[in-house]
Amino acid sequence: MSFMQKPKVSHSQLPRNELGLTVRDYEGSMSTLCAGCGHDSITAAVIQAFWELSIEPYKVAKMSGIGCSSKTPTYFLSQAHGINAVHGRMPSIATGANAADRNLYYVGISGDGDSLSIGLGQFIHVLRRNLNMLYIIENNGVYGLTKGQFSASADVGSKAKKGEVNQQPPIDPVIAALTLGGSFVARSFSGDKAQLVPLIKAGIMHNGFAMLDVLSPCVTFNDHEDSTKSYAHTRQFYHPAVHADFVLSKKPIRTAYDDGEAMPVELHDGSTVVLRKVSKDYNPTNRAQAYSYLHEHQKRGEIVTGLLYIDEDQREMHDISNTVSEALRDLAYAELCPGNAALEETQNLYR
Amino acid sequence: MKPTDVSNPDYFHRVVDCQWACPAHTNVPEYIRLIAQGRFTDAYLLNRESNVFPGILGRVCDRPCEPACRRGRVDEKPVAICRLKRVAADYKDDIAERLAQIPQRKNGKRIACIGAGCASLTVANDLLPLGYEMTLFEKQHEPGGLMRTNIPAFRLPANVLNEEIRMIVDMGMDLRLNQAITSMRGLLQEGFDAIFVGSGAPRGKNLEIPGRYDDPAHVHIGIDWLESVAFGHVNSVGRQVLIIGAGNTAMDCCRTSLRIGADNVKVMARKPLTQLKASDWELEGAVEESVEIIQCHSPKEFVLQNGRIKGMTFEVLEYYDDHGRQKSKILGEKFYPADDIVLAIGQENAFPWIERDIGLEFDQWDVPVVDKQNMQSTRAGVFFGGDAAFGPENIIWAVEHGHQAAISIHKHCQGEDLNARPPYGINLSSTKMGIHEWSYSNSFDPAVRRLVPHVSLKERFKKLDIEVELGFNAEQTQVEVERCLNCDIQTVFFAPLCIECDACIDVCPTNCLTITTNGEEDELRARLKAPADNRQQPLYVSVALKQTGRVMVKDEDQCVHCGLCAERCPTAAWDMQKSTLKIPYASDSPAAAPVRRRA
Repeated sequence: MSFMQKPKVSHSQLPRNELGLTVRDYEGSMSTLCAGCGHDSITAAVIQAFWELSIEPYKVAKMSGIGCSSKTPTYFLSQAHGINAVHGRMPSIATGANAADRNLYYVGISGDGDSLSIGLGQFIHVLRRNLNMLYIIENNGVYGLTKGQFSASADVGSKAKKGEVNQQPPIDPVIAALTLGGSFVARSFSGDKAQLVPLIKAGIMHNGFAMLDVLSPCVTFNDHEDSTKSYAHTRQFYHPAVHADFVLSKKPIRTAYDDGEAMPVELHDGSTVVLRKVSKDYNPTNRAQAYSYLHEHQKRGEIVTGLLYIDEDQREMHDISNTVSEALRDLAYAELCPGNAALEETQNLYR
Repeated sequence: MKPTDVSNPDYFHRVVDCQWACPAHTNVPEYIRLIAQGRFTDAYLLNRESNVFPGILGRVCDRPCEPACRRGRVDEKPVAICRLKRVAADYKDDIAERLAQIPQRKNGKRIACIGAGCASLTVANDLLPLGYEMTLFEKQHEPGGLMRTNIPAFRLPANVLNEEIRMIVDMGMDLRLNQAITSMRGLLQEGFDAIFVGSGAPRGKNLEIPGRYDDPAHVHIGIDWLESVAFGHVNSVGRQVLIIGAGNTAMDCCRTSLRIGADNVKVMARKPLTQLKASDWELEGAVEESVEIIQCHSPKEFVLQNGRIKGMTFEVLEYYDDHGRQKSKILGEKFYPADDIVLAIGQENAFPWIERDIGLEFDQWDVPVVDKQNMQSTRAGVFFGGDAAFGPENIIWAVEHGHQAAISIHKHCQGEDLNARPPYGINLSSTKMGIHEWSYSNSFDPAVRRLVPHVSLKERFKKLDIEVELGFNAEQTQVEVERCLNCDIQTVFFAPLCIECDACIDVCPTNCLTITTNGEEDELRARLKAPADNRQQPLYVSVALKQTGRVMVKDEDQCVHCGLCAERCPTAAWDMQKSTLKIPYASDSPAAAPVRRRA
């Protein structure tokens, strides 16, 4: 953290996006996390992604629970809406918000504690619901706010700062999302913005629940030599399987992608994610193959990253529930609350 | 790109744009910090070390530092460096005790200086503390040279001038006033150990067009005329005045005219307004006083009536581009009435008093051949400096020439090699005081440049010597000092400590940092985080980083030295370190050491 606010001054030739805004306009207040925290890099990537997509900050809702990760929505898009929920309960709150106004862009920031320990039940159900949001898990393997105990994502054999070794097997959010029917499953690393920013953009534009697990080293409690979630370890065992380029609908897709190694996936809004396969034997549209690939590489200790699975045809919550397309606040009162007769009628259906 | 060699003192020196641009390399950020702390005397002395005349230069310096100032690139207007220098001079205490001690026992070497202007005075200032006996020959009855004769008192009051000249004269020199040197040969025979020529560029250029000499009483050469006004020989001028030329001398001529009788003054420029030679602030000063500046007019002839100047005819020009070359064509002629005409079209050095057969070579333009580094002429022991060396420049250049000539004279007298120049050095020391504390004011202050208050237009013309600029008051000073970006507090990077967490890159407000794969400069500049098109500003490239082999690249261009990169760095790979440039002077040479000890 810093006592000083980031000065308002910016580079004199800073580029502007389609809205005429600079990337600085997408910032929030100064981070109070430890210097060097991976979370701050993810914050910067989120800022970059929203700026590149030219999304007005007021069309965004930031959701979070409790933890170091959950503090970060304060540090980006200060003009966006936001709810800081109870520990692990952000998915429910996000579901409620999304139900009321489906036309905002929802971005949830959670951590390995918030999603995989106290909030695991919530996490699994929001996945199943295919709520239309980007859900980032800032994953560092420790409880940073309570001085660095192992979290549910800590690897077996990884050592804590004071030396004790983790014995319990980890919960891998990527495997969980794949097996539970997630429609967008990705993993990245806070130290690789070239990969992370396009994934965030694709996740924002994906129609459904975009689960993005981001390894985000905790510099204070989990960046030592025997940690498996340190900067050095992650870089050493980093295995990008699929690189995703996000292409806005307005831009033509270059023919260079036709070489079989690349595969364009059209998103709901007409934009495209071009997947470049780093490993030839990987197919990001086949759930079973993706699972076995991950399993195999995990055994070797490798960290498989990229847009690992995508299914753009899966129906999201509103499609399943057959709800109206407007935000509830835009409905006329009579429509929103059709009165006793309508209630009576509905209740009669169940009698 | 190769890793940047920061062990070369030039690298970090160059980052301090103002200091790099200043011919005398004045330590600007440090003196601004001293002013901020209210240590005006210390700020004055720091200035004096390199530029010798802070009070004078704080008013009339051509300030090459200001266009160079980084603040001007980040925030439109540079820091008012020159005006802050004046603050140091205005508020300083008595400094007599803190000036260099002059040894009682002399070293037996006698040096002659021709002219007692800024260059010669600087030589004396540097050599007197080393035990030299200095003799200064001055043709006027007062020392100061161009600073006295050509800069009007409404810009530079006599008391400021006298005070700073007296500091040097009082060190104990043989100042021979009213004594013009008429023969170099004669002077050489007087047995001086070295001679320094600091006689300026005293010859104003003439305009050889019809009518020039038909009414000599009303056609004046600018610098001679200013001198006559300065010494009280001229105290009136006609109501309508034309100033020919649009340099800084022209600005002084037009404003002087307004104070001694003129009420309609026009500055006639050959070039378009965008290409005038005068500095912006001098133009502003003239325009503020309702001087009309007329562009694209080339003098054709003086017009007389009954033997008396009546005005001047000009050719009206239009400029156009001819394959990248500027050319002009004549659109017509126009007459402008005038009672007096002042020619301010440049000046040159002239040496009718230097014999051409004494081993002192002159080049094809009849200008003495002088070594740009050691200031020596082709005759050993004869040195040049100031305008006398390479033609008209600014005071600050003359001062720097004086410093270099003093080093050379000292070496010459001690039998050392003139070309073995003492090296510049740079010292770095961390400014870290705590986790988030630095020993300098690191936050960026968005305040806009303060304007110096002026004496009202009603008051200022009442007397010739009312100083127009009032100088900053305490409140303005307080704001202006905080505008300085502290460019001498360097961002220093230790690559082996970096864990590539991106913290510095994410927090940098001006996006000057990038971690990326290395490449050739052009290609690398194209893929940095923010546009890096300013080729005048270097890239700071690290060695390959430990984890990925990429490099840290910093574009120095728009760094505001806020220290956030160092604050955010978890491994202290970035540090904010104060760089102090070690500028060599005559007193730093090995031969001076015993004298320094005695003093």
